[in-house]
Amino acid sequence: MSAEAIRIGARRPARRLFFHQLRSEQLVFWRSREAAFFIFLFPLLLFVLLGSVYRGRIYGVPAPQFLLAGLIGYGCANTAFAGLAIQLVLRRENGILKRLRSTPLPPATYVGSLLVSTLIVFSLQTVALFLLGKALHDTPFPSDIASFIATIVIGAAVFAALGTATASVIRSAEGSSAVVNFILLPMAFLSGSFGPTLHYPAFLRAIGDVLPLKYFIDLVKAVYLHGHGIWTRPQDLAVLAAWGIGGVIFTKFKFGWEPRER
Amino acid sequence: MPAIEVSGLRKAYGSLEAVRGVDFSIEEGEVFGLLGPNGAGKTTTVEILEGYRERDAGDVRVLGHDPKRPGPDFRERIGVVLQQSEMWPNLTVRETHAIFAGYYRAPRDVDEVVALVGLQEKANARIKSLSGGQKRRLDLGLALVGDPDLVFLDEPTTGFDPQARRAAWEMIRSLRSLGKTVLLTTHYLDEAEQLADRVAVMRAGQIVRIGTPSELTTTELQTEIRYRENGEEVLVQTGEPTRVLAELTAAAVARGEELEGLQVRRPTLEEVYLSLTAEEDGVEA
Repeated sequence: MSAEAIRIGARRPARRLFFHQLRSEQLVFWRSREAAFFIFLFPLLLFVLLGSVYRGRIYGVPAPQFLLAGLIGYGCANTAFAGLAIQLVLRRENGILKRLRSTPLPPATYVGSLLVSTLIVFSLQTVALFLLGKALHDTPFPSDIASFIATIVIGAAVFAALGTATASVIRSAEGSSAVVNFILLPMAFLSGSFGPTLHYPAFLRAIGDVLPLKYFIDLVKAVYLHGHGIWTRPQDLAVLAAWGIGGVIFTKFKFGWEPRER
Repeated sequence: MPAIEVSGLRKAYGSLEAVRGVDFSIEEGEVFGLLGPNGAGKTTTVEILEGYRERDAGDVRVLGHDPKRPGPDFRERIGVVLQQSEMWPNLTVRETHAIFAGYYRAPRDVDEVVALVGLQEKANARIKSLSGGQKRRLDLGLALVGDPDLVFLDEPTTGFDPQARRAAWEMIRSLRSLGKTVLLTTHYLDEAEQLADRVAVMRAGQIVRIGTPSELTTTELQTEIRYRENGEEVLVQTGEPTRVLAELTAAAVARGEELEGLQVRRPTLEEVYLSLTAEEDGVEA
C-alpha cells in the first residue's frame, strides 16, 4: 500500500500525542459546568463558609490557615479521587473508553494525560484557595515551595490511584456519584478537612487514623503551617504510599474499559 | 490479499457458545453484510475482528494483522462504529472530530468529514443537543476522520426512523466510492440487500448462508407454483420450475382446461432469510 510509506514518515512523536490528549482532557473538564462547580469551586465555597464560622486560633494556628490546610486535603480527595472516579465510570459506561481503545491513542498516554489533567485542576484549585485566603483572611503562602509542590503532586497521585480503584468496582453510572460521596464525605469529616478532630469520640478518630486523607492533611499542615520539609514526615509518606500502591494494584487487576451494564 | 480472513472462529462466554465455527473472507473495497437476528453472534464476531475480544479458536487476519496482537499501524487503518457509544456531551461536533483526528498520523480534514456525514450545520452544536440519528452520524464521522481502509459498522441504523435510515444508507454507499472496505452488521434484511455486495446470514453462532443478495434468493428456497384445481389451492415447490411448469401446462392444455389462478413466484430475500434464521429456534417474525 503506497499510503503506508507516507504515514510512517509522518509518525508523530508520543509527546505530541500526550499534549493533544491533555488539551482535550482540559477542554472536556472545563466545558462541563457541573464538573467545574462541584470539583473546582466547591472546596473554595466551603473555605468561605467555614472561614466565617471558625474564629481565633485552632491548636495555636490562626483558624483560616488551619482550615486552608484541611480544605486543600478535601480538594485533593474531591478532585483526584471523587471527580476522577465519577468521570471514569461515566466514560466507561457511555462507551467512550471502549471507543478510544480502537483508536491509535495508547492506553498509557490516555491514562497519563488524564492524571496530569487532574493534577492541573487540583493545582489551580490550591492556588485559588491561597489567593482566597490571602484576600479574605490575609493567610500566608507556603514558605517551602518545593516541599509544598511535592506534597500536592504526591497527594494527587495517591488519590487518583484510589479514584481509579473505586471506579473499577462501581458498576453503574447512576450509582457512581452516590457511592463516591458516601466514601468522600465521611472520610473528609473524619480526617479533619472541615475543622479540628480532637474532640471527636475516640472510635471516630480511630477510623480517621487509617484513612489516607488524614495523613495527607497532616503532611500539608507540616509543610504549610509549620514550614517543615516534606522528608521530615516519613510516616505520613509511608501510609500514603501504601494506599497509593494498593490503589494502583487494585486498578491493574480490576479496571475494565468496557461498559459493565448491558 | 483479502482485507479480512476468518476461519474456524469460535468464542464462548461460559457455557454460551456465541460463535461456533465461522469462516468468511472479505475483499478489499467490498461491502460485506453480517445479517442475523439478535444473539446470532454478529457483534461477538465483529468485536473479535476489531481486537476487543479474545477468540477461543480459529484464524483471523484483519489487514494482515492478528487483531489480538496487532502491529502499530492496525488501529491507524480501521474505523469503528460501535453498537452503542456516546461522546463527551459538552463538546461540539467539530471539537470531537478534531480530538479524534489528533490520534491519527494522516487524518482527513475535519470540516470535510463533518460535511461528509451531513453535520455541517451542527458543527458547532454540543453533542448533547444532537438527535439520536445525528449522534450516529457523529459516530460515523469519528470512524472516518482517521481515513481508515477498513470500516466496521455494528448495527449502524438500529432505532432510526425511515428517513434517517435512507440518509445513513447514502453515507454508507459513499464509503464504497471512497474505496473503503466495510463490514456491516444488521438485523434489517433490506439494509443488507441495499448496501452489501455480499451477505452472510448468521444464526446461533454459525453462518448458514453466504453470497450476493441475488444468489441467496435464486439458490435457496424453491420456486412456488400455485393454481386452483376443483376449487382447491395447489402449491408446488420446485427447483426446476421450467420443467414442472411445462408439464403442468401441457397436461392442462391436453385436458382442455385452464389452470385457475396460476402464479409462479420466486421467494423474496425476506422469505429466504426467515427460513434460514427461524429453523431451530422456531422464531416467527
